[in-house]
Amino acid sequence: MKQIVNIIFSTQFFYSILRISTPIMFASMGALITSRAGVINIGLEGIMLFAALSGVIFSAVTGSAWMGFLGAVATGVLIAILMSYVALILKSHITLTGIAINMFASGSTVFILYLVTGDKGISSSLASKVMPTVALPLIGKIPVVGEILSGHNILTYLSFLAVLFTYILLNKTVIGLRIRAVGENEQAALSVGAKPVKYQFIAMLISGVLAGMGGAYMSMGYVSWFSRDMVAGRGFIALAAQQLGQGTTLGTMCATFVFGMADALANNLQALQMPSEFVQSIPYLTTIIGLVVFSIAKQRKELKRIRENNQKAV
Amino acid sequence: MYSRYMGLSDIDSPMLNRRSDKEIAMAETILSMENITKIYPNGFIANKNVNFELRKGEIHALAGENGAGKSTLMKVLFGEEQCEEGKIFFKGKEVKIDNPLCAIKMGIGMVHQHFMLVPSMTVAENMVLGLEPEKAGFLNKEEAVKRTIEVSEKYGLEIDPHAKVKDLSVGLKQRVEILKALLRGADVLILDEPTAVLTPQETVEIFEELKRLRELGHTVVFISHKLNEIKEICDRITIMRDGRTIDVKMVEEVSEQEISRLMIGRDVQLKTDKTPAKPGQTFLSVKNLSYTDAAGQQILKDINMTVRKGEILGIAGIEGNGQNELSELVTGMRKLRTGQIRIGGEDISRKSVREIRELGVSHISQDRMTYGVVSDAGVADNIIADRYYRKEFKKGILLNKKKICEKTDQLILEYSVKCDNREQPVRMLSGGNMQKVVVAREFSSDPKLVIANQPTRGIDVGAAELVHRKLLELRDREAAILLISADLTEIIHLSDSIIVLHGGAIAAYFEDVKQMDPVELGEYMLGIKKMTREQIGGAVHEQ
Ligand SMILES: Nc1ncnc2c1ncn2[C@@H]1O[C@H](COP(=O)(O)OP(=O)(O)OP(=O)(O)O)[C@@H](O)[C@H]1O
Ligand SMILES: [Mg+2]
Repeated sequence: MKQIVNIIFSTQFFYSILRISTPIMFASMGALITSRAGVINIGLEGIMLFAALSGVIFSAVTGSAWMGFLGAVATGVLIAILMSYVALILKSHITLTGIAINMFASGSTVFILYLVTGDKGISSSLASKVMPTVALPLIGKIPVVGEILSGHNILTYLSFLAVLFTYILLNKTVIGLRIRAVGENEQAALSVGAKPVKYQFIAMLISGVLAGMGGAYMSMGYVSWFSRDMVAGRGFIALAAQQLGQGTTLGTMCATFVFGMADALANNLQALQMPSEFVQSIPYLTTIIGLVVFSIAKQRKELKRIRENNQKAV
Repeated sequence: MYSRYMGLSDIDSPMLNRRSDKEIAMAETILSMENITKIYPNGFIANKNVNFELRKGEIHALAGENGAGKSTLMKVLFGEEQCEEGKIFFKGKEVKIDNPLCAIKMGIGMVHQHFMLVPSMTVAENMVLGLEPEKAGFLNKEEAVKRTIEVSEKYGLEIDPHAKVKDLSVGLKQRVEILKALLRGADVLILDEPTAVLTPQETVEIFEELKRLRELGHTVVFISHKLNEIKEICDRITIMRDGRTIDVKMVEEVSEQEISRLMIGRDVQLKTDKTPAKPGQTFLSVKNLSYTDAAGQQILKDINMTVRKGEILGIAGIEGNGQNELSELVTGMRKLRTGQIRIGGEDISRKSVREIRELGVSHISQDRMTYGVVSDAGVADNIIADRYYRKEFKKGILLNKKKICEKTDQLILEYSVKCDNREQPVRMLSGGNMQKVVVAREFSSDPKLVIANQPTRGIDVGAAELVHRKLLELRDREAAILLISADLTEIIHLSDSIIVLHGGAIAAYFEDVKQMDPVELGEYMLGIKKMTREQIGGAVHEQ
């Protein structure tokens, strides 16, 4: 027990939360934007996987980490366009499309990896690059806080910008207003000339960009190689985080950190010879408990709001 | 009509009264639709060579039976549906209206019966949706609020721009819809059954709003099945029947009786003859019933009443005074916590909805889209939804198709439901025909207790008369009937006794409707008066 406490109250632990949360953060912002537009993007997992592989390949071919990053993002966008075309224009079911993308990604990334490297498991034979880490100027000097916040991969900082971007997009811009309108009452949006398909397409594209960044981080930051199915459910965890966040940017961010923390805890506990079955279930247990707690809290809040309104009316 | 009962008639200032014939006759034609033919993809011809003309500054009624093609014609005008043949002229020029945006740009606005609003957004955000004021892609919220205030002041329609739409009452939501159309510069405003969901006060208010719009030179199309409303505010009326225009008249020159004859093609009795009731034993008894909703608001307060076999007990009251909760408690759709409800002597507090229905209860919910029909299912499936599990509709473990078809066809005929065939999805029916499907199902199960909540909402006079007749027939076959309606005429006409609900409590009980003064009824409804405990106690009849 003492050991656990020691782990939790160490700077490394908090540092690792940020590190581990990064890919989920990108994906959960993507999940948030699409869900506000009324489409559930199950395919985030697959998009990240494709992006992770293409980041490795592009950076190895060009010799530049940044080109690899751009390649990953472009791949993310491409897959998102493919998904949107099939689901929004050809009207196949969005969930089924997402599942298809995930299965396709899982298989074809291994195939491509084999074509490129001759290996079916890992890309270590490729001289792929890693995105740089950044030592924050002033903040890095502060004890404890600096140790936690500074020295992360540049994409970790970018993921914070992604949160800010999402918040502004959804709450302050015209496109965001229309995305929300489309997601909540498609007919209403249509009747004032905001084409639902258009705004759902935009939302899907943005989620493609974000998931692409998340994928790039997986293979060019979190680790420095691509391995089969390396995204390992982070796309789905992102969807859960979005649910937990009740559709708000801040809530989704917090939920993502909760998952990040559960994951970090699991990593550390494994080192302490806890039964691995238990440790590995921690993130998912957190999901379920989180969902319950959050929906109770939301119900309370809603009731309070109704009551206040009633009082105002009286 | 309501205004008379509620002493609100003095707001009719002479200046706002109907335009004179001369004025209308001289006014220019602002819009005309010529020889419109609309065929739905399934081959149904909803409009056949329809002609429709609007003059500037009039309130024009569009009337017709359920399924006559009124909504369809207006959807064509608003660009939501494309017509196969015909021309539309607007302000002197021939126009093509391919989509709603096109119509909005020209100055045609439509308020749909189902609101086109985004509930979680504010009024201002809803108002500007689609033409948002922006600065480099950012929404300019102050400007949105400013524009909302401007248009609301211009037309004298008060609204709080910061309120969330989901917190608004139905009447206010409708006001937002009207303002939304006006903000977009609508000269012609189409209102599809705007009063169907409004309380009497809200109806009075919207009439004032429409009159003001008329004064400002706007043209309004008003669709309604309530002929008294048409008589009250409309200048001219176009009557449709079976997808054709039958006649156009000055409203002043036709009586309600004539309008309904033109609509239906034969004389209808607007009032069903009624014999005195012969009440039998108590069938429904409600004792000390109180109900508090999830938000902790007390909706019903200590209700004591009984409904006897062979009588119709009417519940009068302005909507939202606990009527819906009462009907949902009696039918088991809400959980009973305080008090007791007995049906045929049995306590229902632990019974499921189906078990309660098995006691012989049938229920017409006021919300037909949610609790009345399965809109994607066919007419036949909707009809047997409450009885598919019974022996007579089964063959072993399978459904007896033949039996189901027979029953459905018979009911379609009996209630004159307009549909292509019994398999047609209910969502393709017109609003009134959906209601008929519900009524047909609920009345044909040989009920012992009927909870009829707004049974004639959205249905035409002919069909309403049919429903009234059926209700009386059921009563005379010894069924106990609880009738809830916002339509005072309906309540007064059909009920044998009346209870008035106000603020969730019984405010008055009239044993004999014939000896009741409608003005007094209105006073109880508004809470101006309240009867004593002893007088109200009459609502309970021991066995
Ligand atoms: N999408 C559709 N496909 C096929 N038929 C339709 C469709 N929409 C409406 N109809 C049919 O067209 C006819 C006219 O419908 P419409 O909604 O215009 O009637 P209405 O006059 O508005 O009636 P109500 O007063 O009951 O609302 C109805 O018989 C209906 O069944
Ligand atoms: Mg209609």
